[in-house]
Amino acid sequence: MLRTRLIACIVVKDGLAVQSIGFERFLPIGSPAILAENLNRWGVDEILLQDISKPRAGESPSITLIRRVAAQCFVPLTAAGGVREVADVRDVVFSGADKVAINTAALDDPALITEAAERFGSQCIVASIDAKPDGRGGYEVFSHAGTRPTGKSPGETARLMERHGAGEILINAIHRDGSKEGYDLNLIRQVTEAVTVPVIACGGVGHPKHFIEGAGVPGVMAVAAANFFAFTEHSVLTAKGYLAQQGVGLRHDTYADYRNHKFDEAGRVAKPSESDLAKLVFRHYPEEVI
Amino acid sequence: MSRTICILDYGMGNLQSVANAVARLGYEPLVTFRQADIENAPALIVPGVGAIGEAMKRLKNLRLVDLLNERVMKRGIPVFGICLGLQMFAESSNEGGDHECLGWIKGKVERIPEAPGVRIPHVGWNDLDRRAGAFLFRNIDADATFYFDHSYALTCEDSIVTATATYGHPIIAAVHQGNVVATQFHPEKSQNNGLRILRNFLNFAAGKA
Repeated sequence: MLRTRLIACIVVKDGLAVQSIGFERFLPIGSPAILAENLNRWGVDEILLQDISKPRAGESPSITLIRRVAAQCFVPLTAAGGVREVADVRDVVFSGADKVAINTAALDDPALITEAAERFGSQCIVASIDAKPDGRGGYEVFSHAGTRPTGKSPGETARLMERHGAGEILINAIHRDGSKEGYDLNLIRQVTEAVTVPVIACGGVGHPKHFIEGAGVPGVMAVAAANFFAFTEHSVLTAKGYLAQQGVGLRHDTYADYRNHKFDEAGRVAKPSESDLAKLVFRHYPEEVI
Repeated sequence: MSRTICILDYGMGNLQSVANAVARLGYEPLVTFRQADIENAPALIVPGVGAIGEAMKRLKNLRLVDLLNERVMKRGIPVFGICLGLQMFAESSNEGGDHECLGWIKGKVERIPEAPGVRIPHVGWNDLDRRAGAFLFRNIDADATFYFDHSYALTCEDSIVTATATYGHPIIAAVHQGNVVATQFHPEKSQNNGLRILRNFLNFAAGKA
């Protein structure tokens, strides 16, 4: 059975991993490569590397950044930010990314998606869509890392991207970014209902239960979060442990496993009982040599 | 055996990921399209991301088809195809028109059949239904999952299939025929279990399997 994927986004601004709030305010986290190393070790299912300075400045993707992160990443890596032509797609793939997400350039000219898919296959091309409420009960798509309105709806944009050959659609809710309020399920549903390719939900996760809500929308094959994973130790593993207890089975291939731990109301690992802690003293986990 | 492992570069794939994984296992990856390198290669990995028509065209333009046939089919060097690599080993593919492939394994590549609730491409972590005794899965838990990302899949005779995955329909996930080994999933992107797959191939290539 195909597992729902838990994707961690590394948002990068001027070379530094940042926490992004509403696409407007940014707090520094640290080195993107170290974050990738941790996420990989914690058994994340995919990493989405989003360089938000590139589309704003109209620059090409940072090959050095992708190479550094790819070297730490033995799970799929999707790179986003600054892809404007097929040559950029090639550079990004050759630097170690498995998939390329295209946003602004595809809104300007969807033929780029077709060209890239003909060379690298649809499965390599992710159309990334940023949207927020339009104030009239619907949603509007924004380009240039959420800074420019396009006047288009997410549904029609997703359909256009699918028709041009996109293999997956990433939908990110700008207004939920960094809000911890959970996914905008209406927005996500508009996209899943518009297309037949897999959809990745993003934007707003503040509690592991939000992943369950996102994954519950038919057509959502992956649930993504950024800030949620960056600030706690073993964040991916604890989220997977919580989800397993709620009946959502994800991939568990790592030694550390929280499926039998207790969680508090915030979805954090609760302190084990003293007797459980006492048992741990004699447990030895040797490092595995493959 | 030499610690150098040839990774075939035909201008398409996620070669860096494969090179990173091979390096992690203590081998020296040599990413190459040079005839001399391939002539001397004791073993070969054929990775791949991309469209098959473009891949075969590039292989022909690099004048590698005859050399690869000679090395793999006559000399019998161990070869490992990944994703598009596996598909190139088949006789033909109908991805974006009809394409003749390398024909090392009897079979053809077709689009994954539609099924209710199945979104194509098949992308993500899936578990496998493994055949007993396949060396590629040595030291790997039975419930291990691997990363797939493809819209087309192989159909071939059952005797060479070593694992299948289920996505609406059964999908051939791994094959083994003599010196030819291939997976539809990406071991270089399947974390520790993927590294174990590559280790099993490298051991096989070194005559230890």
